[in-house]
Amino acid sequence: MALLDTRKEDIEHHLSKYPDKRSAIMPLLYIAQEEYGYITEEAMQEIAELLDVDITHVKGVVGFYGMYYDKPKGKYLLYICTDLPCALRGAEEFSQHVCEKLGIQPGETTPDGIFTVENVMCIGACHRAPVMQVNFHFHENMDEEKADQLIEDLRREVKATEPYRSE
Amino acid sequence: MAHILLRELDIPNIKDIDVYLAHEGYQGLRKAIAEHTPDEVIDIVKASGLRGRGGAGFPTGVKWGFVPKDVFPKYVAVNADESEPGTFKDRQLMENNPHQVLEGALICAYAIQAEAVYIYIRGEYWDIADWLDEAIEKARARGFIGENILGSGWSCEIYTHRGAGAYICGEETALLESLEGKRGHPRLRPPFPASVGLYGKPTVINNVETLANLPYILDKGAEAYRQFGTEGSPGTKIFCLSGHVNNPGNYELPFGGETTLRKLIFELGGGTRSGKPVKGILPAGASGAILPATDEVLDTPLDYESLRPFGSSLGSASLIILDESVNMAWAANKMIHFFSHESCGQCTPCREGTYWLRRLYERLERGEADLYDVETMKNIAAQMLGKSICALGDFATNPVLGTIQHFGEDYEAVLGGDGSGDASPDEKEAAATEAAAD
Repeated sequence: MALLDTRKEDIEHHLSKYPDKRSAIMPLLYIAQEEYGYITEEAMQEIAELLDVDITHVKGVVGFYGMYYDKPKGKYLLYICTDLPCALRGAEEFSQHVCEKLGIQPGETTPDGIFTVENVMCIGACHRAPVMQVNFHFHENMDEEKADQLIEDLRREVKATEPYRSE
Repeated sequence: MAHILLRELDIPNIKDIDVYLAHEGYQGLRKAIAEHTPDEVIDIVKASGLRGRGGAGFPTGVKWGFVPKDVFPKYVAVNADESEPGTFKDRQLMENNPHQVLEGALICAYAIQAEAVYIYIRGEYWDIADWLDEAIEKARARGFIGENILGSGWSCEIYTHRGAGAYICGEETALLESLEGKRGHPRLRPPFPASVGLYGKPTVINNVETLANLPYILDKGAEAYRQFGTEGSPGTKIFCLSGHVNNPGNYELPFGGETTLRKLIFELGGGTRSGKPVKGILPAGASGAILPATDEVLDTPLDYESLRPFGSSLGSASLIILDESVNMAWAANKMIHFFSHESCGQCTPCREGTYWLRRLYERLERGEADLYDVETMKNIAAQMLGKSICALGDFATNPVLGTIQHFGEDYEAVLGGDGSGDASPDEKEAAATEAAAD
């Protein structure tokens, strides 16, 4: 199914915002990522055709920006800021705890495909560290207990929505 | 003192357009359009002395004045890419007082007669972009955005545009490149964006906090605005306080006068969490040189110029406080890691310089560096200064040179190595593996 079939309205909305349609590349990449979990080769090709640019240009943009993924990632993308201000408030230990809890290293995805953890640069929540984002939504003033609870809740959510998934 | 910017602290729920309207909301825009020509608005902003809050402190009205009158269309880009480590002020404005930001952007757009405003907001502020979109629709429904705004004959749209995790896009020309659907590589200047900006058209790029000052200035006048702050740095500033303090957060204070690091750290910030003395202060996030916490530094009234004698700058006032438990070489390593990650890769001195600095700091962290490596760090920094298109390469030298200058003993404390300056056997092996993988 092409993006234009499933997200026509959103795509047209973004195209209408700019005098040059190439500007819509970033919002369209986000749409592709929402639809497929990551930005597939086919989606890049479709976006290139929609915007009248070469697919090389699309790939260049995908590669440049940290929030675009051209490979499958976990259903829940956990960003943990371990930059200086957060590190001064225990973020590195916090990240280590989350990784141990999930049995993976930063940058890795759990074998069941549910979680990817990334240690990221400053995300603008230094005053509420440790901070974590789940699919770009903030969870602030975190501690190990809250993280454990959040991970359990997200696991339960996956089970509820995908009962066929075996662990 | 009532707040000019963080007004939700005085007026709860000011993010609601009705509450905002009940408290002089959109009065600045109304007055600008009803009582002044676009040029007069520029003159008022010049007279107010408002300076850009993104870090450079350039006079806002002067920046607007560079825009040619006879070239159309024109654009406004709002820099909401807030990504400097230790900065979280624009976010609070957009979350809690979004209409003041929109009103400020509209005043700017009216002054230069722009036909569209693009709010470039960092992708990690995902929800905030959605809330801004809602606020835009509310403002449109009241006639502040769209066709023939307030009967002026002038039309303007506002759109949000999400970034995608690239610090460099906070640099204004990289932001424009990104808005044009490209990799965020800063442009060579001249020409400056005021004449050749977005899509090659005249463009003003202003920071969120800068714009949030404008409704007050247009509503109450330049003189009223100048009652706050100093002659050279008028108005109030949001100080972002983070790190080893009890009460981190945003604090809005007038420039100069009683606004000092001592007041921010000990009075408002409640001192350090550990109770240990403050060792160093990063006044401008990772981009400004570190300051040792001497009495002289702590008691200096803060404005755009006052930290210069100490070899640093106020930048966007992102104060990261470090107590005595911190080894400053470790802190520099964190910052170099940041710059190495965020260098866009366009200019060789910055791309390679930050890469090699990172390697040297990792060697230091492993206890394998010697004095020769510290000298190499300084040499690399010297080779980066002034040699790149944008300021990132320059900023990246600050953590290195600042910490070595003020906290050289911290480096000595972690030195190891055999004094030859050569790589350790482990490192040679790692380099060989890396080369083989390439």
